[in-house]
Amino acid sequence: MKNIVIAGGLVAALSIPGAFFLRVDRPHIVLPAEGLFHVAGFVITNTMLSAWVTLLVLTVVFLLAIRKRDLVPSGMQAWVEGYTEAMLSLVEGVAGKAWGRRFFPLVATIFLFVITNNWLGLLPWVGPSVYISEEVVKEGHAEILHLPLFRNPNSDLNTTLGLALLAMIMVQYWGIRANGLPRYIGKFVNVHGPINFFVGILELISEVARAIAFTFRLFGNMFAGEVLLLIMTSLISVLFFMQIFYALEVFVGFVQALIFAMLTLVFATMAVAGHGEGEEHKEH
Amino acid sequence: MDPQAAKLIGAGLAMGLGAIGPGIGIGLLAGRAMDAIGRNPEAQGAVQTNMILGMAFAEAIGIYALVVALILKFV
Repeated sequence: MKNIVIAGGLVAALSIPGAFFLRVDRPHIVLPAEGLFHVAGFVITNTMLSAWVTLLVLTVVFLLAIRKRDLVPSGMQAWVEGYTEAMLSLVEGVAGKAWGRRFFPLVATIFLFVITNNWLGLLPWVGPSVYISEEVVKEGHAEILHLPLFRNPNSDLNTTLGLALLAMIMVQYWGIRANGLPRYIGKFVNVHGPINFFVGILELISEVARAIAFTFRLFGNMFAGEVLLLIMTSLISVLFFMQIFYALEVFVGFVQALIFAMLTLVFATMAVAGHGEGEEHKEH
Repeated sequence: MDPQAAKLIGAGLAMGLGAIGPGIGIGLLAGRAMDAIGRNPEAQGAVQTNMILGMAFAEAIGIYALVVALILKFV
């Protein structure tokens, strides 16, 4: 107990001169992703680069895992099999056996992509520490901009919008596959009475709102987390206290990945629900 | 009023007022979930999963306010 008080006192005492000598520059935060290179008319942004790194990491992990097909797995194979089994049981728990198998690839891939993006974005070389200098001439005088080389792809609205559109389009596709196009459209354009018509319009609006909600939920959480970590690091001169927010970011990264995947699964299950009820009646 | 000043005040108000609703909502959710677990400890798994799901919806509204505040501040 006494040691804890002494340690706490030392940290507090160190932070006072630290405020004068251990300063970090105020971070320069921009919302859109910074473009790094120009290739054949395309701009390669730092979030694109990080997304490719994520894809590389995922590919390497899975290639290592399936090198030997042991019946009793060990090492990397055990990790990957454990994850696959856990995710499959989660998906089948929500969607049932048949549809669960069909939803599993998309849901599991979304989860893996988002969580790898988020957790790789917490490593030291992501963010303003590793940068490319670019000289920009603005109004006569030259400015040197530091563009970070890596950045969490989910902090770019383009990535999250792409994922959200993918998820919602697949949900519509599965809904049409399960119920047939006329019955599925009948859910939105319901001509049996004025109240049902209004409910149909609301359903249509809520589908669009879900895509927007997906986008902004993931973007807001990740961009705000990035801003929070940068500000906390520059604000508190003794490095010690930033770790609390770092731990929060680790947790938030996992939770947002899980929520994106689970919500996709839940919406897909709701979209195919009409057909499912018919099947159950036949089985019993 | 200077537009920069108005932007900053707007950002602060957006996030501050926008956090009231989700805060209350998530608190109510968690409270009801605690009640449910207290009544029926065996259902903890199902209650917890659905609570997390409900919290995702409630928190998203707070995140919209955060995005408005961030856009006002940084764009």
